[in-house]
Amino acid sequence: MSTVLSVQNLSKAFGGVQAVEDVTFAVDAGEMRALIGPNGAGKTTCFNMLNGQLKPDSGDVLLGNRSILGLPPREVWRRGVGRTFQITATYGSMTVRENIQTTLLSHHRQINRMWTAARTLFVDEAMALLEQVGMVNQYDRACGVLAYGDLKRVELAVALANDPQVLLMDEPTAGMAPRERVDLMALTAEIASARNIAVLFTEHDMDVVFAHAHRIMVLDRGRLIAEGAPNDVRNNEMVQEVYLGSGAVHGVGSA
Amino acid sequence: MKIVKTHLLTAGIAVGLVAGAAGSAGAQTIKIGDINSYTRLPGHTVPYRRGAVLAIEQINKSGGVMGKKLELISRDDKGKPGEAVKVAQELFLREKVVLVSGSLFSHVGLAISAWAKRNKRLYIAAEPLADALVWSRGNKYTFRLRPSTYMQAAMLAAEAAKIKKAKRWAPIAPNYAYGKDAVAAFQKVLKKLRPDVTFVGAQWPGLFKIDAGAEVQALAKAKPDAIYNVTFGSDLAKFVREGKLRGLFKGRLVVGLLTGEPEYLDPLKGEAPEGWLVTGYPWYEIKANDHATFVRDYQARWKDYPRIGSIVGYNTMLAIHAMLKKASSTDTEKMVAAMRGLKFKTPSGPIMFRAIDHQSTMGAWVGWTKLVNGKGKMINWKYLDGAGYLPSDAEVRKMRK
Amino acid sequence: MGELIVTILTGLSSAASLFLVAAGLSIIFGVTRIVNFAHGSFYMLGAFIGYTMVQAIGGTIVSYWVAVLIAALVVGLIGVLMEILLLRRIYHAPELFQLIATFGVILVIQDVAKEIWGNEDIVSPRAPGLDGAVEIFGQRLPEYDLALIAIAPMVLIGLRLLFYKTRWGTLVRAATQDRQMVAALGVNQRWLFTGVVFLGSLLAGLGGAVQLPKGGADLLMDFGIIAEAFVVVVVGGMGSLGGAFLAAILIGLLNVFGIQIFPNSTLVMMFLVMAVVLVFRPWGLLGKPETPAATGTEIPNEPLRPAVPMVKVLAGLVLAFLIALPLLQELFPTVLDPFVIVQANEILFFVLFAAALHFIMGPGGMVSFGHAAFFGGGAYTSALLVFHFGLPFELAFPAAPIGAALLALIIGWFCVRLTGVYFAMLTLAFAQIAWSIVFQWTEVTEGDDGINSIWPSDWVTPLVLYYLTLGLTVAGVLLIRRIVFSPFGYALRAGRDSPLRSEAIGINIRRQQWFAFTISGAFAGVAGALFLYTKGSIAPTSMEIARSFDALLMTLLGGVEALAGPVVGAAAFKLLEDLFAASEYWRGLMGITIIALVLLLPKGVAGFAQTGVGRRLGLSRAEEVRA
Repeated sequence: MSTVLSVQNLSKAFGGVQAVEDVTFAVDAGEMRALIGPNGAGKTTCFNMLNGQLKPDSGDVLLGNRSILGLPPREVWRRGVGRTFQITATYGSMTVRENIQTTLLSHHRQINRMWTAARTLFVDEAMALLEQVGMVNQYDRACGVLAYGDLKRVELAVALANDPQVLLMDEPTAGMAPRERVDLMALTAEIASARNIAVLFTEHDMDVVFAHAHRIMVLDRGRLIAEGAPNDVRNNEMVQEVYLGSGAVHGVGSA
Repeated sequence: MKIVKTHLLTAGIAVGLVAGAAGSAGAQTIKIGDINSYTRLPGHTVPYRRGAVLAIEQINKSGGVMGKKLELISRDDKGKPGEAVKVAQELFLREKVVLVSGSLFSHVGLAISAWAKRNKRLYIAAEPLADALVWSRGNKYTFRLRPSTYMQAAMLAAEAAKIKKAKRWAPIAPNYAYGKDAVAAFQKVLKKLRPDVTFVGAQWPGLFKIDAGAEVQALAKAKPDAIYNVTFGSDLAKFVREGKLRGLFKGRLVVGLLTGEPEYLDPLKGEAPEGWLVTGYPWYEIKANDHATFVRDYQARWKDYPRIGSIVGYNTMLAIHAMLKKASSTDTEKMVAAMRGLKFKTPSGPIMFRAIDHQSTMGAWVGWTKLVNGKGKMINWKYLDGAGYLPSDAEVRKMRK
Repeated sequence: MGELIVTILTGLSSAASLFLVAAGLSIIFGVTRIVNFAHGSFYMLGAFIGYTMVQAIGGTIVSYWVAVLIAALVVGLIGVLMEILLLRRIYHAPELFQLIATFGVILVIQDVAKEIWGNEDIVSPRAPGLDGAVEIFGQRLPEYDLALIAIAPMVLIGLRLLFYKTRWGTLVRAATQDRQMVAALGVNQRWLFTGVVFLGSLLAGLGGAVQLPKGGADLLMDFGIIAEAFVVVVVGGMGSLGGAFLAAILIGLLNVFGIQIFPNSTLVMMFLVMAVVLVFRPWGLLGKPETPAATGTEIPNEPLRPAVPMVKVLAGLVLAFLIALPLLQELFPTVLDPFVIVQANEILFFVLFAAALHFIMGPGGMVSFGHAAFFGGGAYTSALLVFHFGLPFELAFPAAPIGAALLALIIGWFCVRLTGVYFAMLTLAFAQIAWSIVFQWTEVTEGDDGINSIWPSDWVTPLVLYYLTLGLTVAGVLLIRRIVFSPFGYALRAGRDSPLRSEAIGINIRRQQWFAFTISGAFAGVAGALFLYTKGSIAPTSMEIARSFDALLMTLLGGVEALAGPVVGAAAFKLLEDLFAASEYWRGLMGITIIALVLLLPKGVAGFAQTGVGRRLGLSRAEEVRA
């Protein structure tokens, strides 16, 4: 397997507080990689640096072998990094399919067309994506009335629309019922392997993490303290300490 | 709140009545359109309408004209030229007026005038002071009653020129065309009469937005012998108060355009400035030309004394009456012909509409302010006929092209 | 030396009243997110009521100040009345919708004040004990100026104590920082809002009452102060009292020194200051970036769909009527007099103007307070080309949208960096700057007298002009619709619905907004040119704040969420104006009608389609229920 995303010595401080410190890792194509850690460990900061929302103080982010450092999020996306958010971000004034179509229009650089009705463009592609996430039946509904789990699926379809090499998923299952969580992550894993996409996700639910991650990284106070296969991480003393210390042991050791 | 509600209710009914009346009045009357800024500057325009209504009532009482009564239909132009053009169209197309009259703001008057020219309708401008209205932008269908900015400024300048010690002048005027024109005209005439004067540190506060303390400071800094004031309304009140408190007027001659008009002088009450040379309207002392009768009738009708707006409104209607008598027709071309060179009598003296530029010879009163029984009055005033301050025929021809 | 000190003190004193008004505005906005245009009216009421109270009881030093305080309290209570009777019922309406309600209040208060206090300006007596002047190094300064200089910091300290030492104050601060918090406060929320409106209105009233000895009360005070108060709030930073204080002083000082150096700068000074501050500090001097600015429009959770058949039929009928109108008028002159053509003509170009604004306000989520700049910009482009170069109508008219678009391109470049109310205020600032250039550059623009006698070619008879207006307006509205449903429109809406997501899918939101702003400017320019050639004249009044607000009111009245909103809103607004035009009390009648409409149809007149009744009538699709 080939490395798609490599992160080298990434650091970021906010007014004296070191949010991320000297983080280095690499993710391979087709791999499901989890980034876990207690609240405030620096996961979201890390994510925001990967897709260009934040500028790191030092370090580099390489996509393939080209640096994407300093590019705005929209450019990072164009290079093939998709993203989903902890709180879903979809377009309320559009139907489910229009959400996907808008993304496809942007992907194909057609958003400056002013004459043709957008609704008639990339219909088949949009439907195919909805098919993949199991949302075909609801294509004409408003995003505002969808169940939360369905909304997450729409977001996944949006994130897949530009054929990404890397998918960043911030807390993909937050706010979902347990049953839905498993379904969504199973779906993600399936798509990732079928399309050979590298998925990097943060997650609080350890059941989800240990069930789907190929490898797991643990972040604590901005530093990467462990990285390895699920079993290695589970048995890592430092990890146990961090989680016991913070009192937030979910599924560690039980999965 | 109760009073208010009733008023609004009556207003609502009034709307209905006006709408109903419009259809039924028929050809029994000759309708005169009236456009003015009734909500933007009611302090000036409401007296105007009262003067106009009084004149119409008197004309109708004495039999009207051409066997018909006159009917005045008023509209608010909201201080916007576009709105004024629209109500002019409404008055002609819906109310079937024979002419439109009135208006106060120059930009409004100029817009109506341009429309009147295009549509070949008669417009008798009452008060817009812009010189352009009858000169550089004058046209066949527009006539103006009041002496223009240039005329009034020239009158003041002629009087001010007589005061030898005033050599260094500082003007203050609202920051818009009227203010600029008033300063330019005054400067031009005064310099012609007195080559030794200089003008320093002109101040241009925004209209009705004066920061009086700051303006007074700035004027004092220029150390003038004399001040030429063009501010009016709430600006004037603030300017006078700050100027007095800060000693700006001490030992200085102040000349004020329009300052002596009751609209602007009376609200100042006991704080009215003393010893200013001003144009204004000493209605309480004018006796010639049956002016006293006008004052009596006006007070009886409105339980209020006349302002400068009142006499202008009154005279405007007298002009229309005289014109209709002369024309014996409501055909626009015939009315225009009758307006040219029209002579008629008014409480302010005989007036003529010059054929060459359609400006009337109505003049202005120039005098000195003084506190009398805690009220600002004009003393040692004289009426200056407008005819003496109008450009020559050659000049007019050059301007009107 | 003395001169400098007195000049500085003069600037400080003129800042006092402005600070009080701005502080009130800022507090109300901070908590309720209501852009309260009626705030200037409360300032005016403070002056009038203060005058009446002073006349009644204010003979001595103590009773004078008691009178001032009573006036402030009464105005505060009037504010409470407005909150309970009006605002409270429409907090759930889209943001900024309350703005039209407060506009209705302005109109009503204008007529009420005129009825009670009469037409003439009121000059108030001086304050007892402070009616003289003091000498400072040989320069005289009114004693009352010193009082004003003391009052502003006293009020600031009082407010800080209130906000930091009381529980109520803590709640207010929490609510200012985080709107969501307010919802979590439960039952207190209602009275928190009422209390805040009371305090804010009281400050406005106090501002009006304390300036009495500097001048008095008149009927133009309300509009005079409101723009300035907004400038102070925005320059200082929304919701920041210290910022408002600083900004008021800054503007007071700049004014007093500015007019000594550039006496002509009076009209534009404060808007220049605001533009500069906003360009370099987008959240004002002391504002915080994270303070959520009002987005202006609520993000709808219903998809925007093409019109349902019923609406298309209705629109077709209206269009057929408008096409047939000149013929109908000739056939039935007793029912339809020739003026109806003029009315229809006027409604049409305002529809186009409102539709242009709606394009950026609705789908774009950008509220412009300065769209008259482009309306006037288009009109002046044509007028100047005719006036200076004698261009014929056929060339000057099409130049209007180009001129307006260029102006929008320049102004938009600065504005799209900002969002929400800051965006709105920057558009206002640029519009005022554009206005003052037209107003003061007399050699080129003929100044405030305007340019007259600009008429279309002879072949464009009034009838042809009517059809031209109808054609261009219909084409414009349809074209805007087309763009809204095109990929460009989707990307624009995407930027409004979720900036985060849009950036994450490769959409350059600013660029999209900038182009949309320019397009909107071009359409507004066409409306302006139609106005010019219908009226034959153009003056700076067509670029002033009031004209911008006309478009804003029409759009809001119609309903921002509906694409038909600006069409319905402009028509309703203009028809109401015409209905009341003959009445001396048109303002009061208009105000009451607007308030009634706001209460009855909180989603706007066109929003009626989305009510239960509207849906049953087939005006819009059945609502989807949440799964």
